[in-house]
Amino acid sequence: MPPDPEEVSAGVFAAMADPNRRAILASLAEHGPSTATDLAGRLSITRQGIAKHLTLLADAGLVTSDAGPGRRVLHRHRSEPIKVAQSYLAALAADWDGSLDRLSTFLDDPPSSRH
Amino acid sequence: MPIPNKITRTLDLAHPQEKVWRALATLEGITGWFGSHAEGEIAPGQDLHMRWEQYDNAKATLAIKVVDPMSVFAFCWGISGAPEDDPRQTYVEFVLEPTASGTRLTVTESGFAQLPDEWLEPSYEGNVEGWRSELDELVAYLDAA
Repeated sequence: MPPDPEEVSAGVFAAMADPNRRAILASLAEHGPSTATDLAGRLSITRQGIAKHLTLLADAGLVTSDAGPGRRVLHRHRSEPIKVAQSYLAALAADWDGSLDRLSTFLDDPPSSRH
Repeated sequence: MPIPNKITRTLDLAHPQEKVWRALATLEGITGWFGSHAEGEIAPGQDLHMRWEQYDNAKATLAIKVVDPMSVFAFCWGISGAPEDDPRQTYVEFVLEPTASGTRLTVTESGFAQLPDEWLEPSYEGNVEGWRSELDELVAYLDAA
């Protein structure tokens, strides 16, 4: 069954509500797959804090983890839930009220009739 | 509340259908209230390239779907905020109906709740893997050079 768009978006918004989780996602987007130790070093968040946030981010589908060379576990960000949240934001950003106000004004007073 | 998949607005306009139609389906009309500039042809199957000077020259391509004179004008365009190569589109439809005092205009935009295509494909994880191995191949190619 495909994931429910609302549930996916809710997960994204909840994950993004925390400044440390935003910092982790931004860092993964900027630097690519990283270990928890890399992230802890870059972000001045404790290793334990990073691990806790990575679990939450993984639950929201925003991060996947896999073993890299040796036994290093690499975390990478995953953009699909963000794309779903973008749909949600687009629905809220659609400004038909503004556009239709302009259409009404345009019909009432087209440029050719203005003095 | 689920994602609103469809947005609908109805407007009762004190103008004849023909005048409302011209404001929607002619370049002169649509640039009078929607985008500030438009290039292309308003005909089914054509792309209309719009620009909004007032919004920092934001651009959008309207893929014209229906031009049924005096009654239906419809196009598809990208999800706002998504990257240009995102294939998702919403469908925008303007329907005109005559009323005693002028024209009733109904606008619907639908398709917001669709999921990204790749998510619906079971091969999604495979795509991620594909990219990773392509990058590995690039590295191998560069190392060999």
